Amino acid sequence: MAMWWFLASEIVIFGGLVFTYLLFLWRYPEWTEEAAHTLTNAGAINTFVLLTSSYFVVLAHDAAHHERYQKAARLLALTVAGGFVFLAVKTYEYSHEIHAGFVPARSVFWSFYYTLTGLHALHVIGGMVAMTVVALAVRKGQNPQRVEYVGIYWHFVDVVWIFLFPLLYLAS
Amino acid sequence: MSDGAHAHPESFISKYVFSVDHKVIAVQYLLTGMVMGLVGGFLAYVIRMQLAEPTGSVPGYGTLNFVEYNAVVTMHGTIMIFWVAMPILLAAFSNLLIPLMLGADDMAFPKLNRLSYWTFLLSTVVLVSSFFVPGGAAAGGWTSYPPLSASAAYSGGHLGVTFWLLAVVLEFAAFLMGGINFIVTIINMRPRGMGFFELPIVIWMQFVAAIVFMLSVGPLLAGGIMLLLDRVVGTGFYDPAAGGDPILFQHLFWFFGHPEVYVIFLPGMGIIGEILPVFSRKPLFGYRMIVWASIATGVMSFIVWAHHQFIAGIDPRLATPFSITTIMISVPVAVMIFSYLATLWRGSIEFTTPMLFAVGTLVLFLLGGVTGIHLGTPATDIFLHDTYFVVAHFHYALIPPVFMAFFAGIYFWYPKMFGRMMNETLGKVHFWLTMIGINVIFQPQFALGFMGHQRRIANPLLFDSLNTVQAIELQWLSTIGVLILLPGQIPFLVAFVRGFFSGEEAGANPWRANTLEWVAPSPPPHGNFAEQPQVYRGPYEYSRPDREEDWFPQNLAS
Repeated sequence: MAMWWFLASEIVIFGGLVFTYLLFLWRYPEWTEEAAHTLTNAGAINTFVLLTSSYFVVLAHDAAHHERYQKAARLLALTVAGGFVFLAVKTYEYSHEIHAGFVPARSVFWSFYYTLTGLHALHVIGGMVAMTVVALAVRKGQNPQRVEYVGIYWHFVDVVWIFLFPLLYLAS
Repeated sequence: MSDGAHAHPESFISKYVFSVDHKVIAVQYLLTGMVMGLVGGFLAYVIRMQLAEPTGSVPGYGTLNFVEYNAVVTMHGTIMIFWVAMPILLAAFSNLLIPLMLGADDMAFPKLNRLSYWTFLLSTVVLVSSFFVPGGAAAGGWTSYPPLSASAAYSGGHLGVTFWLLAVVLEFAAFLMGGINFIVTIINMRPRGMGFFELPIVIWMQFVAAIVFMLSVGPLLAGGIMLLLDRVVGTGFYDPAAGGDPILFQHLFWFFGHPEVYVIFLPGMGIIGEILPVFSRKPLFGYRMIVWASIATGVMSFIVWAHHQFIAGIDPRLATPFSITTIMISVPVAVMIFSYLATLWRGSIEFTTPMLFAVGTLVLFLLGGVTGIHLGTPATDIFLHDTYFVVAHFHYALIPPVFMAFFAGIYFWYPKMFGRMMNETLGKVHFWLTMIGINVIFQPQFALGFMGHQRRIANPLLFDSLNTVQAIELQWLSTIGVLILLPGQIPFLVAFVRGFFSGEEAGANPWRANTLEWVAPSPPPHGNFAEQPQVYRGPYEYSRPDREEDWFPQNLAS
């Protein structure tokens, strides 16, 4: 239950940012040209990676539910691996864009781009740390109910990305 | 259920310093808040002395330049709202009362609770240390509007603002943890027989306040992150030259900032709602109406924020709807106040110290509410905006729930917290000095506002309309109020400390009250109750004609 309330408070944080971004987008139609410089393919790959990792979390929850703790821990490890792939692609994107001169201070669009994706990436890292902790405990059969909680959190991170991807990458 | 369920011997450190016990955490929040209150009070003294003698030096501080004065004003506001009102009213009282009034052994997540306090303490350290960084503390106002806060060129302080932002973000993280804990505890840990409409009114208000806080703080955190990036990375969210918009921050700030007023106000009113029935020996009038009114206040608080921005350049068509919602929100608040007055009506009123403070809260808040109408109406607000009229209104609106209700609550629950009574005589002296002090400070400020005294002016004598005998006399009168109010707190501190060592033994239920916290021994041991009491009725069954005693505890079967 605390997880749901926590996510509700997270929604207003991201909600506030996304909403102001939308207001700006509405006022500055020329931002669509800026958005064309994002790496849509990389974003698409990341969307796929995140969705797949969410699938693994569901499987992990199922395994923990049936008291197959070793399997649940392995599936969580796969999810964490998905998080690593996501971050690797993200790092490539950031370095590519910074090399091309699209730094945060270039325009407000890029400010939003880095703030939103950066905050999201921090959540991905947080989720990975939490899942590692949970996986290590679940392997020994401790606190299996926590698999569900990290799962809910991971889905939330996923859903945020589903909003960010079209808004930032496909806005052109 | 919780980790604290089973009492076992503990070392001093684990019992009082890194405790998971909700009562110890409540006292930790309380003491931290009170220490910060002294800091904030000292800053208020510096402000008043400076305004009374703009060219002189403030005894105990020295002379101020304009930047320092702005830093003092900024930090006074920040500390009083975020580091006194929030920790005391929301964190300390909720932590103390929620488990006790639910007959529970602890909060739902005791370790999260501990983490919340230590995060808060860290934020306090960050904030206080900002006084000592190069360039001094933040000086852009407690609202930290850009561009004042975004660039050192405008407000002087540089590192100070970054520290300010970090401290605020840390603090909100702490209160989010606390708030989620409160909500879950209230929903999950109610005893058998206690439905939502048998909850004591203060728990209801803390519940609403925690939800409102949780749902409003996000945009401010987002805004704070953007401001931090503007300052550190060089993004241009609030910089018109880079395509940004400074008014955006005002929207994000007040979308949080106005609900925040009610986050502070509701728990304060809840405390009053507990005290009035006990000392009038009458049921709380219109219990359900007050509950719905507090929910309505919570919902409406989300749609009033732009009344802070009538002259900030928002679309005038937007001003009217916000003016209407602003004035409309006084309806549920009026419902509360009238219900409280009706509770007093023909009761056998006993003016103990907590009761004096409770009634004082209502009296002062009325003045704050009435003057708010002038500011909620754009026509008059355009004239009065950013003057001392606003300062006086704001203090009349927030001092009652913050300080008066806090004192009422302390005098009322001190016996429960420490097992001893506070001295009544000292309490009454404290009440009258406080009441007189507050009015002497803020009444003249209404008049000064009409004379054109803007906030955040270090030397009013530079303005012709304020360089008159009458204005200078009013400045001095207001300063004399501070010199009454601040020493007036000494009896309280003496009673607080002395009660701890030599107060009269309180017993479990010194006020003959109904709610469950009075069932536990005073002070309650770790784990509170031998077993969770069963509840048979609502919390305010006083003076029932069919009973010999005039109170009827919630846990008695008949």
